Amino acid sequence: MGRKLNNVLGAVTLALMVVALWMIFAWVPTEAEQGIVQRIFYFHVPCAWVAFAAFAIVAVAGVFYLWLGGQIWDDLGYAAAEIGMLFCTLMLLTGSLWAKPIWGTWWTWDSRLTTSFVLWLLYGGYLLMRAMLEESGQVARFAAVVGIVAALDVPVVIVSVRLWRTIHPAVLVTRQGGHGLQDPRMVVTLLVSITAFTLMFAWLLMLRLAILRTRTRLDEIARAIAIAEFRAGRA
Amino acid sequence: MDNFGYLFAAYSAIFAAIFLYVVFIWNRQSRLDDELRALEAKLDTLTVPPQGESGPQSGKSL
Repeated sequence: MGRKLNNVLGAVTLALMVVALWMIFAWVPTEAEQGIVQRIFYFHVPCAWVAFAAFAIVAVAGVFYLWLGGQIWDDLGYAAAEIGMLFCTLMLLTGSLWAKPIWGTWWTWDSRLTTSFVLWLLYGGYLLMRAMLEESGQVARFAAVVGIVAALDVPVVIVSVRLWRTIHPAVLVTRQGGHGLQDPRMVVTLLVSITAFTLMFAWLLMLRLAILRTRTRLDEIARAIAIAEFRAGRA
Repeated sequence: MDNFGYLFAAYSAIFAAIFLYVVFIWNRQSRLDDELRALEAKLDTLTVPPQGESGPQSGKSL
């Protein structure tokens, strides 16, 4: 049942991604000032959206793990952090590829870029810690706390373009209010792309959670085998 | 078509990264499934008593 749902979700994601690509490269008009390279925007923003959503899930799962306990919350936080890290990396990479032709540099220590990089470092540390330490209740509790604290950077990244002087454009919500997209087709394309990325995130999260569940089942069976072998040895 | 290379690089990077991640997940899942099947088979041999040693049928035969 779970695997069938995963396959359906994967197929729907793929179909919507094809639609989004068609809209980006064949339907939406080219932006007047930046030209064709502005089309990076339609995947750059969804990458950021998925990364922020994933890190918010890490924080919520962390709160529930500390409050209620339960392996599912720890698994959810771990899986969401890994996927969030993937999309945060893609957000930084696509941003850099967009910045070079527009700003004339791959990177600048601008407030939006710096806070995003800090977010990447924080969750990089979270994943490194989980990979290096042996899984235990103590590590899971510590990871939950780190996941919650690191997520506090997400709202800072979002409001950084308003709090400090920055060269990063505030397109979705401009400093004057409203959005900065010139054509309604740009808004529709962005929304379709965000929906496709959100479905992809849900699909990847389910695949990743299935691995963690299988690992838990393996541990249970390994324990049952050890007990059965001990009993057989005594008999 | 100015800056097409940057656009191509950005989209290629996204699809390559997601594709590799999905392949990585699928490989890991199939490896764990194999391991799970092997351990379940081992557990079955340890917990199911051999026929004829116990159970109601063996009792009747006695």
